Amino acid sequence: MTTFLQNCFAGLALGSTYALVALGFVVIYKSTGVINFAQGGLLALGAYLGYTFANNLAIAFGVAIPLACASAALVGAGFERIVLRRMVGQPPFAVIMITIGLLFVLEPLITAIWGFDNLQVTNPWNIQTVEAGGIVFGVRDLWTIGLTAAVVVAFFLFFRFTSLGLAMRATAFDPEAALAQGISARRVYAVSWAIASALAALAGITMAAGPGGLSPSIGFIALAAFPAMILGGLDSPAGAVLGGIVIGLAEALTRGYQDQLFSWAGDNVSIIVPYLLMIVILLIRPYGLLGTKDVRRI
Amino acid sequence: MPKPHRNVVRDYAQDLRLFGSPMSKFGLALMIAAFLVLPTVVQDDFWLSVLIYAGITAVGAIGLNLLTGYCGQISLGHAFFIGAGAYVTAKVGGDFGMPFPLWLLAAAGIGAVLGGLIGPFTLRLRGHYLAIVTLGLVFLGEHLWRNLDDLTGGNSGTSVNADVAIGPVDFADLTIFGESYSRNQGWFWLVWALVGLVALLVKNLARTRPGRALQAVRDRDQAAEVIGVRAGRYKIGAFMVSSAIASMAGALFGSYQQFVSPDEWNLLLSIQYIAVIIVGGLGTIFGSVLGALFVGALPALIDRYSDVIPGVQTSVGDSGFISVFALNQAIFGLLIVLFLVLEPRGLAGIWLRIKTYFKAWPFSY
Repeated sequence: MTTFLQNCFAGLALGSTYALVALGFVVIYKSTGVINFAQGGLLALGAYLGYTFANNLAIAFGVAIPLACASAALVGAGFERIVLRRMVGQPPFAVIMITIGLLFVLEPLITAIWGFDNLQVTNPWNIQTVEAGGIVFGVRDLWTIGLTAAVVVAFFLFFRFTSLGLAMRATAFDPEAALAQGISARRVYAVSWAIASALAALAGITMAAGPGGLSPSIGFIALAAFPAMILGGLDSPAGAVLGGIVIGLAEALTRGYQDQLFSWAGDNVSIIVPYLLMIVILLIRPYGLLGTKDVRRI
Repeated sequence: MPKPHRNVVRDYAQDLRLFGSPMSKFGLALMIAAFLVLPTVVQDDFWLSVLIYAGITAVGAIGLNLLTGYCGQISLGHAFFIGAGAYVTAKVGGDFGMPFPLWLLAAAGIGAVLGGLIGPFTLRLRGHYLAIVTLGLVFLGEHLWRNLDDLTGGNSGTSVNADVAIGPVDFADLTIFGESYSRNQGWFWLVWALVGLVALLVKNLARTRPGRALQAVRDRDQAAEVIGVRAGRYKIGAFMVSSAIASMAGALFGSYQQFVSPDEWNLLLSIQYIAVIIVGGLGTIFGSVLGALFVGALPALIDRYSDVIPGVQTSVGDSGFISVFALNQAIFGLLIVLFLVLEPRGLAGIWLRIKTYFKAWPFSY
C-alpha cells in the first residue's frame, strides 16, 4: 500500500509537469488552431534561462522563475510574430512542419550555448524530503504540484474574469466574429504563444530543479505531453490537466511495478506507456475525454 | 493539318505523356547518360557513397511524397518503416540467405503489412492527430527495436549480410567485359536504377485513376467521397505503398551499410525525410529526387568537411560550439522553415519557374 501511494505521488508530480505543458498546447491550439511541436524546445529554453538567472547571475530562485518564464514568453511571441503569422490559412501539414522545424532549430541552439553537460540548478528545495504516514514526499515534488495547482487556478480565473481572457475565448470560438467585435486577433495570438511558452518554461524549471539536473534531453518530456493533451481533448484546458495527471500516474505506476508486472515488455517500458494509452484512447474516443467532438469520419 | 509548334498540347493523351516534349526527352537521355557514366568518372569512394546514400534517401522520399504530397497524410513515422525494412533484410537476406530480389520484396511486403496495420488510424484521424500518432509510432518502434533482441540484436545492433546479386550479376563485385568495378560503383548503379524504377512506378500511379483519386482525397476528402472516391480505401492504400517503399529504402540502407543499430531509426530520420520532400517539392517525384540529392547528401558532406566549417566540434572537448549532429539537426529545421515560408513548392517549384521563363521567352514580363 505504501509503495502504491508512493508511486501515485511520483505520478502526480510527473503528471503536474505534463499538465503544464499540455495546457500550453491547448492554449495555442484553441486560439490559433496550431499544435506547437516546438513546445519542448521552449521548455528546455526556459529551463536553461532559469539556470542562467539562478546560477550564473545569482538571482534569487523565486525571482529567476518569473524572469525565465517572461523571457520564454517573449521568445514564443516572437516565433508567432516572425514565422507563424505568415502561415495563417495554410494547411495543417505546413504549420505542423514549421513548428517541428522551429524545434529542430531551437534544440541545437540550446546545446550550442549551454553544452551537453548535465548542469545542477541551485534551488531552495534541494533534495529535501518530508515524511508523512510512511510515504516520503520530495519537497520539490510538493512545490511542483502546488505551483501547477496555483497556475491552473490562475489560468481558469484569467479566462473567466479578465477581458483579455474573454477576447481569447471569443477568438477561439469564432475568429471572424471576434474581429468584427473589435478584438485584435494579432494580440490574442501573440498572447497565446506567450502564455504557452511561459507555462512550458515553468514546467522546465521545476523539472530542472530536481535531482536529475538539467540536460538537453529535458525537452523530451514535451513529446510525452502530447498523449496527455490527446487524452484530455485537444481543445479542453481542463482535459489537459486531467490528461496530464492520468498519463503521469500511468507512467509512474508502470515504472514502479515494472519488475513485478511488466518485465515481459522489455526495459524502460514506462517511456512508451503514454503513447500506448494515447492509441487506445484514440480508438475509443478520438476527441479525448473532454474534447469537442469534431473529428469527422468518412 | 500543319505540324504544330512543339509547345502546343492538343489532347489529354499528350498532356499525360511521361516524357512528351523534346526538351524532357533530351533531359531523360542526359540523366541516363549520367547514370551510366558517372561511376566511371567519379571513382572516389566517398563521393560515390554520398550519391548512394542520396539515392537510398530518394527511394524513401518518393514513398513519403506519395503519402504526404499526393494523399495529404502527415507521417512522422517514416523512420519506423525504414527500420523495419533494415531488420527484415538482416533476417531474410542475411540469416536465411535469400537472394537480392527476394529480400527486397520481403522487406516491401512487411512494410506494406505494417503500413496496413497503421493505415486504419488514418481513417479516423487527420492533420494534427495523425502527426501525433505517427510520432508515437517512432517511439514505440524504438522500444521494439531495443527489446526484440533476437531480430535486432538489442541496443548493440546487428550486422546485415545480405548479398546484392541478381542471378550471375553481383553488384557488390561487378565485372563487365573483363573490367571489374568496386563495391561502391556497383551499388551506385543498383541504387539509382531502383530510384528510376520506383520513380517510374509512382509517377505512373500518380497520373492514373488511383493517383487522381489520391489527389482528390488530399484536396478535400469529404468532397472526394461524395463524387464516389472511396477515400478510406485510398488512404490505407497510400499508407501501405508508402511504407512498402520506405521499407525497401531501409533494406537498401541496411544492406549497404552492413550494420544497423536502433539509434538510427529516430525522429531525426523521419524529419530528414520530411525535409527532403519539403525542400524538393511536395507532390512531385522529380522534387523528391532533387531534395534527396540536396538534403540527403548534407550529413555526409558536413561530416566530411566538419574540420573546415568554422565553429563545428569534431571531437569531444574541441573548441567548436556546435556538434556535427546538432548542426545537421539545425540545418534540417532551418531548411523546413525557410522553404515552407519562402518557397512552399520547393526546388521543383523553382525549376518549374525557370522552365516557364524560358518557354515564354522572349515574351516574359
